[in-house]
Amino acid sequence: MVNIKINNIACQAPEGSTILEAARMAGIKIPTLCYLKEINAIGACRICVVEVKGARSLVASCVHPISEGMEIFTNSPTVLESRKMTLQLLLSTHDRKCLSCVRSGKCELQTLCHELGVDDEIAYEGENPEFEIDTSSIHMYRDNNKCINCRRCVAACEKTQGIGVIGANERGFATFIGSPFDMGLAETACVSCGQCIAVCPTGALAENDNTAEVWEALSDPEKVVIVQTAPAVRASLGEAFGYDIGTNVEGKMVAALRRLGFDKVFDTNFGADLTIMEEANEFLERFQGGGTLPMITSCSPGWVRFCEAYFPNLIPNLSSCKSPQQMFGAVTKTYYAEKMGIDPENIVTVSVMPCTAKKFELCRDGQCAVPDIQDVDISITTRELARMIDKAGLMFKELPNEGYDNPLGNYTGAGAIFGATGGVMEAALRTAVEKLTGETLKKLDFEEVRGTKGIKTASYTIDGTTIKIAVASGLANARKLLEKVSSGEEKYHFIEIMACEGGCVNGGGQIIQPADVRNNIDLRAERAKVLYNIDSASKIRKSHENPDIIELYNNYLGKPGSHRAHEILHTCYCESHLYK
Amino acid sequence: MALKQSAIPFAGTAEQEELLMAVIEKHKGEAGGLMPVLHEAQEIYGYLPIEVQNKIASELNIPLEKVYGVVSFYSQFSINPKGKYKVSVCLGTACYVKGAGNLYEKLKQKLGVEDGGITDDGKFSLEACRCIGACGLAPVLTVNDEVYGRLTEKDLDTILAKYKD
Repeated sequence: MVNIKINNIACQAPEGSTILEAARMAGIKIPTLCYLKEINAIGACRICVVEVKGARSLVASCVHPISEGMEIFTNSPTVLESRKMTLQLLLSTHDRKCLSCVRSGKCELQTLCHELGVDDEIAYEGENPEFEIDTSSIHMYRDNNKCINCRRCVAACEKTQGIGVIGANERGFATFIGSPFDMGLAETACVSCGQCIAVCPTGALAENDNTAEVWEALSDPEKVVIVQTAPAVRASLGEAFGYDIGTNVEGKMVAALRRLGFDKVFDTNFGADLTIMEEANEFLERFQGGGTLPMITSCSPGWVRFCEAYFPNLIPNLSSCKSPQQMFGAVTKTYYAEKMGIDPENIVTVSVMPCTAKKFELCRDGQCAVPDIQDVDISITTRELARMIDKAGLMFKELPNEGYDNPLGNYTGAGAIFGATGGVMEAALRTAVEKLTGETLKKLDFEEVRGTKGIKTASYTIDGTTIKIAVASGLANARKLLEKVSSGEEKYHFIEIMACEGGCVNGGGQIIQPADVRNNIDLRAERAKVLYNIDSASKIRKSHENPDIIELYNNYLGKPGSHRAHEILHTCYCESHLYK
Repeated sequence: MALKQSAIPFAGTAEQEELLMAVIEKHKGEAGGLMPVLHEAQEIYGYLPIEVQNKIASELNIPLEKVYGVVSFYSQFSINPKGKYKVSVCLGTACYVKGAGNLYEKLKQKLGVEDGGITDDGKFSLEACRCIGACGLAPVLTVNDEVYGRLTEKDLDTILAKYKD
């Protein structure tokens, strides 16, 4: 331990800590803008500066290590004045259009200005270059007029996801974040994961808002508007309404959706159970019939796009199963429409997703169970749902807890854990192992695939047969694993990949938490707990025991992998080029 | 978004590619190897178009944006080829105080190109250069190896007209 003094108070911190970390341990939050734990410690923004006794100038606390006897001042007049001036300089090239900004009220820059007393006066008037907004992508936009060049998005794209389609272009005052040769994001091999949005401190990056289309559908009396909610949404939505991170708000979310006017409130968890039926069957067919192995899951559209662009050699390994979102949409517009006697033309399926890539997935080719009718019409993120609830004036915390509608709202514990890394694998194993042995599993928990570790591997011996599996989340981790798989260095039978670290609970469409929260709380673990708690409390924890799934197969699909199932629940993939 | 790239089609030869591959091979795995690769690639091709940057990125196994970020950072790297006639306007101190900055702006307008750009027909490229040692003739510009001095705005059309074909 190193002895230091912070604001004249003696304290200790482990050797190797930065001043920022040591101060946090002493209960002092030093403001940051560019710093993100583990991926972006570049000391660039100068907001976290502090005074160190004997130092010639202020130091950036996010990169400055502590040393024995160091005396630090985190809020002296010099420090506060410097931070204020930094903010004023940042604002000199900022569009300051807070009222129309999607992040207003939750913007880290705005919050800091407020805290440090920066007012509306323009302190430094200078050249304020105007940037064209990049609206080329389906899932998001970039508005560099609000960008502060903190490079958090660059770090998320390059380090967390191993993609790197954005970076700092040009130099000095002309520097801006963009893609090579000023391409629009859609022209690059961006996989639409939205992790850049999740780490942006301002409103420079945001999902494309599709709520207007939802409001329009809801107000159309001709339309039957059906909503599905992904497993991970209930684990984050509450954060927008003052709940602690890791609170399950399923009941209130369902109540809110009903009050927003959706005709039926269903659950993507049902789609997840259905995915397991098809995916477990596909795995066993491949495993027993000499098909392409390892089979790799296809639920995460960011991962699928990554595979198509960066690992086209593994396209034959991708499960042909559509994702739960798409399976749900497909069943709604076929089975449910027939059952209820509704013309699928009149059904609007809306999905609430923790994901921005879902906006892209729904308009992919091969996602229409009914010819020329999209399986899913509109996909909104958890954030967009929160905005709709606010706009409708629903007092979220005061809503009653309500249950999903039937039959497409009934789910098992296996469907619930789809939203966390390892969850799809565990759910699939529960079904696959029982199908393989014909016996009831004694223990349903596959602990080896749980937890937030980036890459997890395990092998299970069932009736003398060994199944080797791997789970990766975060595309940089996926890349590491798949390079070994591609080279033949490591061999597996079944691999689960989710594009976002920790899985969908940490998806690019979830409620955004500021850097200070992200740096100190493991969002992935806290939110995943919600899903595992749902699972352990569920009466039915295996997808193939979901009574409504059984009925769907008995009355409509036949059996998993049937001709009809293939027609509506499976899809195909194709290689895409890195740059157009 | 408009792609920042010249309209002149890339015309790299097999020999050039062979040279480039040798350069990449030489610096692969070296810390900071991208810089020498870019320097030598520009010597081979005269400029660094997307085709060359893509090749470098995939061979060094780094994202294209990493390459482009470095290329766009340094003004000595160019993503545009040089024209048949390379117009360089001296922006050294003497020329600058004699109004070379203004001449440079005028030339940009006349040729319809940006700083370091090339006309769509590939005929003229325009760039600013540092002192060429002809301060007595300031302001000065060069077209390939020809030097034109004591310029005024009205000389520009006459000079450009000399390079009709």
